[in-house]
Amino acid sequence: MGLSRTTILFIVSSGLSLILGVLRIPNIAHGSLYMIGAFSAYSVISFLGGGGFAFWAAMVVAPLIVAAIGFVMERGFFSYLYEREHLMLLLLTFSFALIIGDLVKILWGTEYRSITAPGFMQGSAEVFGLPIPYYNLFLLLVGPVIAVFLWLVVNRTKIGKISRAAAVDAEMVSAVGINVGWVFAFTFVLGCFLAGLGGALIAPMTSISLGMDHSLIMEAFLIVIMGGLGNIWGALLGSLIFGLAQSLGILAWPQFGIVFPYLAVVVVLTFRPKGLLRSAW
Amino acid sequence: MKWKYVTPLLLLAALAAAPQFLPRFHTYILAIVLLTGLLATSLNLAIGFGGIYQFHHAVFYGVGAYGTALVLTRTQLPAPVGLMAGPVAAAALSLVMGVICVRLSKLYFGMLQISLGSLVWATVYRWYSFTGGDNGIPGVPVPGWIASSESAYYYTLAVTTLSMLALYRIVGSPFGKVLQGIRDNPVRSDAIGIDVKAHKLTALVIAGFFGGVAGSLFVVIDTSVFPDMMFWTYSLEVLIMCLLGGMYTFFGPLVGSSILVLLRTYVSIHIPYWHLCLGIILTLVIVFLPEGVLGYAARRFRPKEGRLA
Repeated sequence: MGLSRTTILFIVSSGLSLILGVLRIPNIAHGSLYMIGAFSAYSVISFLGGGGFAFWAAMVVAPLIVAAIGFVMERGFFSYLYEREHLMLLLLTFSFALIIGDLVKILWGTEYRSITAPGFMQGSAEVFGLPIPYYNLFLLLVGPVIAVFLWLVVNRTKIGKISRAAAVDAEMVSAVGINVGWVFAFTFVLGCFLAGLGGALIAPMTSISLGMDHSLIMEAFLIVIMGGLGNIWGALLGSLIFGLAQSLGILAWPQFGIVFPYLAVVVVLTFRPKGLLRSAW
Repeated sequence: MKWKYVTPLLLLAALAAAPQFLPRFHTYILAIVLLTGLLATSLNLAIGFGGIYQFHHAVFYGVGAYGTALVLTRTQLPAPVGLMAGPVAAAALSLVMGVICVRLSKLYFGMLQISLGSLVWATVYRWYSFTGGDNGIPGVPVPGWIASSESAYYYTLAVTTLSMLALYRIVGSPFGKVLQGIRDNPVRSDAIGIDVKAHKLTALVIAGFFGGVAGSLFVVIDTSVFPDMMFWTYSLEVLIMCLLGGMYTFFGPLVGSSILVLLRTYVSIHIPYWHLCLGIILTLVIVFLPEGVLGYAARRFRPKEGRLA
């Protein structure tokens, strides 16, 4: 249970980290995008009537919907406001979070929703004597795949290299004739896609509800800060520490379990103020 | 008497007369406006005048409220001790958090503060036997002399006025000027021999203290506390108040919080989507009015001063 949630945390926070590292937008609306991902997955699956095909369709369509929303947000607002202070950008994304929160309430209502994993992923396997649902194993597979994929995009493709350069000095990159605006848009949309994917993937595991954005976005932010801004492996390491602190904390002291992840962040940042791994800033 | 005192004094007179004309509910809302204004102004000392990314100011508001409420409900100490315990606890917490955070800058400061603040929030949220957990503490026994809604209002008005005066003096004092110098150019301030960290820390403690004062006023007005008061979303709402009113003006946060509290009260009566409205207002303010209502007014109606500054 702990590890599969860690996978989700990693997918979402790697998207956040990408946006924060390259565009320097502390995107509070990221959690709301994750929530939209979960609700869209629900809608796609119930529209197609369940089954394996509906599941895979949802895993593709829901993140794409979220990515489209991200594209509108970036082109419509952020692209004009990059020069502003972080504080302004933070509050602007918070206003998007508020708007999206209420729009989701209007569109999907306030009831709890749930979807089930397709038939071939139900049931569980015995690993070290513990029953582990197939779906969790599937998630454990997805996490590393995403990590490697992101690493390849950022380090081995041209657009990834440009985006890393733009993170360091956007002005210089545009001076050599590269359209930085579109690189930023691509990065932002990729980050949003990851948020949507995280939301779609967690949908079969928990009940989909309003307010799932609030708890997640804070965790994702802390993971990103702990791991080092803009560093994919930092996000992975941060999610592992966070998830571990969460599950061990709940085992050790059920009442105050939710305190431990925050404690871990405080300890890490006290000794390594700039995060565990090298950040893009 | 100088002319510049006329407007504040008239406003004060109007506020003092208000409970005689207004029904009880509106008196309550007015008191909430006042204490929220104090909360936003205390945050502005750190973020507007000090340039410190105080992202989780609501923690001090909450600790101030819980400190007062706990002393009033669980101990036999005299009431004034309880009313002071909240702000003092908030200032102490602010000192501890400040010592941990102050060497970080900007976003890192803000995030470490949020995680420390969330630690406090999570503890309060779960410690059922002591803080009441997610139920909070309803029905705090407020002492008789401020128990009626009218006397509670006048108490709030008096404390808010005194606190605002104190904050005004602090902003105008040599300390306040140095703080603004640090905000505008930390490197140079450091180079000319100013202890940047000590000044920032002092500003944080003062801001925390007055945030706590606002919290303890909330207990007097509402006779209850709940953990949502110190959830991080509320911190951001207080930040919005500062931004809306104008961060680089002294009275801006007061204006911003009045607008938001009144809007929230009257909009929520008619439509259930208050957050949608808040989000739209905030987006418009950030895009079109980044210096806030008062900042805009100052630039628009006093172009000479604006050019000098």
